[in-house]
Amino acid sequence: MSARRLSRWYASRTAPELLRRDGTDRPPVADHDTPGPDGTPGGDPMSDGERSTPDDEARPDGGQLARTHTVRLELPDEPGQLLAALSPIAEHGGNLLSVHHERGDRTPRGRIPVEIALECPPERFEDLVAALRAADVDVFGADAERYRDAVTVLLVGHVVDTDLSDTLARIEDCGAASVSDVTLDAPEGTDRPSSVRLRLAVEAGEAEAALGTVRTVADEKDLRVVEPLAGGGR
Amino acid sequence: MRVAVVGAGAVGRSVAELAGDYGHEVVGVADSAGAVVDGVAREGRREDEAGVDVAAAFDRKARTGSVGEASVESLLSGPYDVLVEATPTTLGDAQPGFGHARRALERDRHVVLANKGPVAERYDDLQELVADSAGELRFDATVAGAIPAVATVDSMGPERVEAVRGVLNGTANFVLSRMAAEGLGYEHVLAEAQELGVAESDPSFDVEGTDAALKCVILANVLRGGGVTLSDADVAGITDLPPSALSLAAEDGRTVRLIGEVTDDGVHVGPRLVPADDPLAVSGTRNVVQLETTDAGQMELSGRGAGGPETASAVLADVDRLAAE
Repeated sequence: MSARRLSRWYASRTAPELLRRDGTDRPPVADHDTPGPDGTPGGDPMSDGERSTPDDEARPDGGQLARTHTVRLELPDEPGQLLAALSPIAEHGGNLLSVHHERGDRTPRGRIPVEIALECPPERFEDLVAALRAADVDVFGADAERYRDAVTVLLVGHVVDTDLSDTLARIEDCGAASVSDVTLDAPEGTDRPSSVRLRLAVEAGEAEAALGTVRTVADEKDLRVVEPLAGGGR
Repeated sequence: MRVAVVGAGAVGRSVAELAGDYGHEVVGVADSAGAVVDGVAREGRREDEAGVDVAAAFDRKARTGSVGEASVESLLSGPYDVLVEATPTTLGDAQPGFGHARRALERDRHVVLANKGPVAERYDDLQELVADSAGELRFDATVAGAIPAVATVDSMGPERVEAVRGVLNGTANFVLSRMAAEGLGYEHVLAEAQELGVAESDPSFDVEGTDAALKCVILANVLRGGGVTLSDADVAGITDLPPSALSLAAEDGRTVRLIGEVTDDGVHVGPRLVPADDPLAVSGTRNVVQLETTDAGQMELSGRGAGGPETASAVLADVDRLAAE
């Protein structure tokens, strides 16, 4: 049995909706031209709290707690621009989660809006954004107050037979979460239980609401939810 | 202290065998079929004359099925300072363990429990008995074997412990660890665990989460001052987890552990996703207890959560505490 990564399929299926809901209809939240008093991006009252939290958490191997960040870019409609924008992310230890990129959309400046979700330790995020700017990528928003937290859950049971697309759509319909990654591991045939791992991008303070929706949907479909532990940045 | 031990399974036997090393004297051992009691034990007699011949009692049990011909009643009414209750855990009315504890407390004797039933199912009843008794009640061995979970909460002050989480069942943790490490199915790993003696022939108590839930209920009673029983706990086990759940977790740097939680939301036991490098992601039969404290953040105590000598060490530490009072 092998895991089938569905994030690409899922991203393409819902990208227009995600862009509409998450990107283009709200103003940039962090204005990086005017840094805050402590050097953090200005305009985002939560930045300071976010940056200080993970250090409180002792990690047994000294590893840093990765966190989901959202970066919004504007790219000229020219070949190679997207690749040029993604390279600095990988070079700075960012783990790319999803890229929402619609050629048909245009910003008021006539460029293509791209929203990138990535995971990296918070203390590296600033360097990563700086590297994007150094590569002449136009970053117009980084880390909205929405989608600050990533919540990973497993659903176990007949996840395919119970209409996975419907399950995902209903989780998103709650408004508290966006499904940013879907990985399915289903054995051959459908009579045996399978598992799916969902990564949810969750608004600050909404993790419990999002998990509540997951529980409700799973309950109706007789699926088992394996939740992350609450607290401590898990 | 003069110690009487009720229950002659792995834990009771180890308590009886190790008590002398801890400076205590065994004046009686009982199993379900009979008892051996130090018939001439009397207040004030010389220490070197006292006590049960523990090795002889267990030799007899191996030959005949019981440690002795005396009645359990003669042990309960005999001369002891501390009654160690180590009979198998029972749910509901928690008998006969609860009755044994009651007898001792009504006689103003101390009780040390290794049996989870009385403190998980009848905590409030027991505390009423303690209130009317000159005897004290200790039960550190009921939670996470050798790990001093209850003693640590006690020493910090229950009001300064906001939540407790932990891996509290070694059998379930062994099964999940092996499933994750080998990619094997639940049934396969369970059979292996049974061959190794890690799982009992009827493992339902462990793999369905009941055992972990009892330990959480006990901790909840300590934190809240009582009022909690198993029926208040939300319990799920690991029997229906396919290997794919563990492999998907592993791909993402996580694992699945059967976690018990005591929080303001109550008692919950179920499989949870934890980062692979999390202090709660212990391997094999190991247990871990994580305390979330008001002033000191999180702390973890990890170690052996079961086994005769391991659990007996917790029982005898409780006896030592009573002796020190």
